Amino acid sequence: MSKFRKKAKPSADIPTASLPDIIFMLLFFFMVTTVLRETEIMVNQVLPRATQLSKLQKKSLVSHIYIGKPKVTSKYGSEPKIQVDDVLIEPKDIVLWVQRKKDELDEVERDQITISLKIDHQAKMGIVSDVQQQLREANARKIMYATPELVDE
Amino acid sequence: MARSTLRGKNEINAGSMADIAFLLLIFFLVTTTFPNDRGILFTLPPKADPNRPPPDVTKNERNIFKILVNSADLLLVENEPLADVSLIKDMVKEFVLNNGRNPTLSDSPEEAVVSFKTNRGSSYKIFIDILDQLDGAYNEMYGERVGMTGTEFRALRNTPNKTPEQRRRYNKARGKDGPDGKVTFPKNISIAEPSKVGS
Repeated sequence: MSKFRKKAKPSADIPTASLPDIIFMLLFFFMVTTVLRETEIMVNQVLPRATQLSKLQKKSLVSHIYIGKPKVTSKYGSEPKIQVDDVLIEPKDIVLWVQRKKDELDEVERDQITISLKIDHQAKMGIVSDVQQQLREANARKIMYATPELVDE
Repeated sequence: MARSTLRGKNEINAGSMADIAFLLLIFFLVTTTFPNDRGILFTLPPKADPNRPPPDVTKNERNIFKILVNSADLLLVENEPLADVSLIKDMVKEFVLNNGRNPTLSDSPEEAVVSFKTNRGSSYKIFIDILDQLDGAYNEMYGERVGMTGTEFRALRNTPNKTPEQRRRYNKARGKDGPDGKVTFPKNISIAEPSKVGS
């Protein structure tokens, strides 16, 4: 009998003091990985602020268009450009892009596609209106001018 | 079996675990960007039919509130220069709620149209500033119709699944509860295509 007891001498219980920390670490990890952004923005984005904001309800219906001065001016020039997904495009390509985005949605939801326009405050109305004309052409008429909330000083 | 014969403590030193967790927490706190999908909603007019010319404007001049912006971001509101954008909200409210009293302002909210035209060289910032003013003016007017502030009305508008009571109130504010389904208080904001000429 004493022979068996001797073998069991090193304590075999797992220390659980750090378990909460490990769990927290995992929690943070998953919290972070679920909201990772999938596109790298290649244009400057300082959005103008506004007060009368609405919140979009269904995120799956939203597609983003970014307009602003390219960050790499040596490569793309200093005039404001239009970015969708990962590429810079010309206004005339927007119709095709909207069609592609619509194809990704369910058939019943295609008309409800919402375009979120993230436009740098220094951009001119010329390029903005070119984009809007193309969106009318593509029949994606629900748009949102993305603006952070203006905080009164 | 061989491992169980090892002498000494078998515990991993867990004292620094909390520090590591905090380090990671701080790292992610700094690097995460919360996607904020908020902004000013707007619906574009349908595509212009090339076979049909745009309809003639039959509106009375007094029912149109004109805002013009040039390429230097200078404003012309109702044919008068205006320096302060924040005055537009009250001017629009006065214009829409005139109900025929002042002969230079609108006949009724139903008839009133706010026309907003920019130049291709105007900045996007001034466009948003003015659009925000117009939206604010209408939100406040809608709110007043049901005894709410503009902010409360905006919160009501953004409620995703409205209760029947909320829906009734919302429709009353928007003037959508008329007998024949006619909107008596429409939000007529017309954004004209920017002019191409300079200056």
